[in-house]
Amino acid sequence: MGRRLALLAATLAAGCAASPAWAYMVYVSNEKDNTMSVVDSTTMEVVKTVNVGQRPRGITISHDGKFVYLCASDDDTIEVIDTATLEIVDTLPSGPDPELFVLSPDGKKLYVANEDDNLVTVIDVATKKVLAEVPVGVEPEGMGISPDGKVMVNTSETTNMAHFIDTESHEIVNNVLVDSRPRFAEFKPDGSEVWVSAEIGGTVSIIDNASREVTHKITFEIPGLRAESIQPVGIRITADGKKAYVALGPANRVAVVNAETYEVEKYVLVGQRVWQLAFTPDQKTIISTNGISNDITFIDVATDEPTQSVTVGALPWGVVVSPN
Amino acid sequence: MKSMVPNTLAVFIALFLASVNAGPATSQEVAPAPKAQAAKPEKQLIEIKIGYLRAYEPQLALSVLDIAPRDEGVAGANVALNDNNTTGSFLGQKFVLDVTEVKPDADVVAVFNEMVAKGDRYLLADISAQQLLSIADIARDHGVLIFNVGSTDDILREEECRVNVFHTAPTRTMLADGLAQYLIWKQWPKWALIYGSHEKDKLFAEALRRAATRFGGQIVAEKEFKDTGTARRTDSGVVQIQRQMPVFTQDLPDHDVLLVADESEVFGTYVPFRTWIPRPVAGTAGLIPSGWHPASEQWGGSQIQNRFAKYAGRRMLSKDMAAWTAARILGDAATRTQGADPAKIEAFIRADDFSIAAFKGQKLTFRKWNWQLRQPIFLGDGRSVVTTSPQEGFLHQVSELDTLGVDQPETKCHFK
Repeated sequence: MGRRLALLAATLAAGCAASPAWAYMVYVSNEKDNTMSVVDSTTMEVVKTVNVGQRPRGITISHDGKFVYLCASDDDTIEVIDTATLEIVDTLPSGPDPELFVLSPDGKKLYVANEDDNLVTVIDVATKKVLAEVPVGVEPEGMGISPDGKVMVNTSETTNMAHFIDTESHEIVNNVLVDSRPRFAEFKPDGSEVWVSAEIGGTVSIIDNASREVTHKITFEIPGLRAESIQPVGIRITADGKKAYVALGPANRVAVVNAETYEVEKYVLVGQRVWQLAFTPDQKTIISTNGISNDITFIDVATDEPTQSVTVGALPWGVVVSPN
Repeated sequence: MKSMVPNTLAVFIALFLASVNAGPATSQEVAPAPKAQAAKPEKQLIEIKIGYLRAYEPQLALSVLDIAPRDEGVAGANVALNDNNTTGSFLGQKFVLDVTEVKPDADVVAVFNEMVAKGDRYLLADISAQQLLSIADIARDHGVLIFNVGSTDDILREEECRVNVFHTAPTRTMLADGLAQYLIWKQWPKWALIYGSHEKDKLFAEALRRAATRFGGQIVAEKEFKDTGTARRTDSGVVQIQRQMPVFTQDLPDHDVLLVADESEVFGTYVPFRTWIPRPVAGTAGLIPSGWHPASEQWGGSQIQNRFAKYAGRRMLSKDMAAWTAARILGDAATRTQGADPAKIEAFIRADDFSIAAFKGQKLTFRKWNWQLRQPIFLGDGRSVVTTSPQEGFLHQVSELDTLGVDQPETKCHFK
């Protein structure tokens, strides 16, 4: 990391005006064809397609960038992929039907939503042991963790709640009702708020992390589109807490939201059924997975314009970018 | 699955009640508390009773695969109750299902009155239109809300609509329109229609004729297949059918699709692959429109399918979905109003912004003019989902779902 930073500094110092040759690797889980596409963020080309377990969905990466973790939902397991060799080197005991998960800020624990069993499973990554199973509402899905790692939030799609779970005691400390089919939970980088998308409700609820109450609801309106087709799923918020991106599913757009005023500032047309989002580490680019179009779209964060779409596997679902 | 609920319920409730609405200050006090201490129940459970009235008698089908499961519908309601109770455990609510079964032609007034006396304020009804109408007004006088989960009769949403009767089952016109839109989208507009001789067969045939008129289909010929009361299954019946069906369809003029209306299970299943000319079959056989499909996995569907299969040991059918949806509507209303006050629950369901999620890709809402639930229609061939309607391009000024079935301008429903 340090060496690379120095390199970057050198490149910048050299006054290289062209976009820096700074290749991040973008990992995309393709739900339908059981693969993971690896895309070079600079050349925007698929450099490798990795065969993985069945129905890969949730995807994340270790903080050192060495391992990709991938939920193979129909294999009831989490696969660990070495990013150097792009081979599956290990599996973790996820419990049945893992869909989404979140890695603790210290990188030691994985919190997994088990959709079929109304459970959140806590896994110790190093020992591969299940540390706890927390009973939650019906169809747990979205998983968010506070920046300090003290509280995690799970959303349950049929119960329609955001469950706040204490990561010490592994017990639920608050249940907050949100709109229909909550899919995703994302903390603001300063930990002050949790944003929860509701796919069928068509909203994003802002939950104050101090009062644990919904303080605001973001709604979306796109001329020419029916309200029913606007289905918010993935959410990402910039590190400075100023801007948020919300994937709107079959509305085929990503909403750009002012994270301070909650106003929707723009809708970026990307591809069909936009599911999840990921920033590049420099936060200059955000990438969307467009399930039905079988591609991903790179959006320039400065201008909020789509710059390029790249065809990946069948039904791209989740996306994560290497941290270095 | 079933037994897991009561076992863990006490722990759930105590833990979660202690924490619901607790601020972070309290939460820090609550969180480290030992489980034994937290497990003391602090609040009484609120019980919400849902009645389920069902007309049932074992019935044969042309194919043994089509014989209705013993618990059709009821299993869907039970899965919804489990869902409601998981959510209820966070809020101190417990849902109970009270199932009463009668014969298909029975008088239901007395049994309904007993259910009301037992405290059922909500009734899921899987009974005939006639039976439903015999109790609808009594229910109204007792403040009971009825959810029709079985009858597809349009008349219950039209001439004989009632303000206290909600319908989660689709109507025949919705089913027929869903099918017709797809056939038009396929550019297969010329249809021949064969229908059974029983009342419900004729009603579905009428819905298909109406759909043809609405969407530009042309019914080039019609033929009635009379029920002569033959045994549905005989050892050598197949040989005869193989010879009879081609002859029966021989004199039909050329068509793109052969439509079948045989809800009574007299001949429909025997039509596909046995016609005089090779044509696809649709209606109650072949490509069948329905409110749910046992193989639907889209829109989170695999989750409810898995949950259902685990509970019931079989696949989820349309009636199971209609009952699940009705019970979930009540569950969601109780969750959102945070209580069991029937007036609040009813007001919530009747509110303009009410909607329910039911694994059909979009929120479902009620048609306020007759309390029919808007819903997409699945078209499947018994093995897989072929498509769901409304089809692309069938537009509507309010909701594309209103391109299915009788729309507001044509409704004959006028609540008194």
